[in-house]
Amino acid sequence: MAKVLVVTSGKGGVGKTTTTAAMGAALAQAGEKVVVVDFDVGLRNLDLVLGAERRVVFDLINVVHGVAKLPQALIRDKRLENLWLLPASQTKDKDALTEDGVGRVIHELRKTFDWVICDSPAGIERGAMLAMRYADEAIIVTNPEVSSVRDSDRIIGMLDSKTVRAENGERVEKHILITRYDAGRAARGEMLSIDDVLEILATPLLGIVPESQDVLRASNVGCPVTLNSPASAPARAYHDAMRRLLGEEVEMQIPVERKGLMNLLLGRRAA
Amino acid sequence: MSVLRLFTGRTASAPVARERLQILLAHERSLRGQPDLLMQLREEILAVVSRHVVLDPDKVIVRMDRGKHVSTLEVDIELPSGADRAFASAG
Repeated sequence: MAKVLVVTSGKGGVGKTTTTAAMGAALAQAGEKVVVVDFDVGLRNLDLVLGAERRVVFDLINVVHGVAKLPQALIRDKRLENLWLLPASQTKDKDALTEDGVGRVIHELRKTFDWVICDSPAGIERGAMLAMRYADEAIIVTNPEVSSVRDSDRIIGMLDSKTVRAENGERVEKHILITRYDAGRAARGEMLSIDDVLEILATPLLGIVPESQDVLRASNVGCPVTLNSPASAPARAYHDAMRRLLGEEVEMQIPVERKGLMNLLLGRRAA
Repeated sequence: MSVLRLFTGRTASAPVARERLQILLAHERSLRGQPDLLMQLREEILAVVSRHVVLDPDKVIVRMDRGKHVSTLEVDIELPSGADRAFASAG
């Protein structure tokens, strides 16, 4: 039974595209057949993060408008045979997406894939609404910081009212993924704690991804962090999150700061 | 808690963030979906009154005012001329 998963947040720059790429790759590595769909029309980036930017010929909007058939637009990952990308258009207007058109594409994708992961644009406009519209589950990417938490709360309200599931009286299963978590700042009380975020948003936690150079490095080379540096802390966090998404019980690892005695005394962040 | 903080007297800002968020979100959640509720109220009031009097739908205004202690729901319906006599004879 195919599942449609939206990766959303409201706020920009919190790590939606990174998360889509990493979770998509992790699920594909676990043997699931996955398609990641970029909904950020005009500002596509999922192709770049996945290293497929030079292989884009047709896109989601071409398929919605019947200019291309779905198999023509799908790009298969060169490293993971189970992972596919449906890119967004870089040139078209975001109004080119229609609710019915997106519905037809999602319906088609459900027939072939185990997971349809929709990478939402930031904001609460049309693109974001359409990305969540047909979702069965949602990952709300949240940074432990006031504006991100506020926007996540808004998005949770929309998932509970504006989705097809909500309108049919069903629930979209929601998960919080905390990203860019800085253990040192949390320990010094300079950053909202995991418990604060979860209590405020009243939504279960899927995982905690620490702030890390490995994420940036993975984007630079166009490879999901779970593939590029599988032993790194963020890759392990995404891998655990993927297993929880598949229904496994995995103990939650809260990232801790490693620092020397001098830093400890000065309350300084480890470099 | 670091030694440095003991000297500088700087306190953690996270509790402030948490408190501000809790207050703000409680407020925002209470407002959420409200335009829809008002719209629904307006439709239903219009339907009920229309059963007895012919109304111009644009002349039905439903407004919500939130005060610190008291909130009010204001319903303003303008009746077409002649409708008041219908009410008088019915009463």
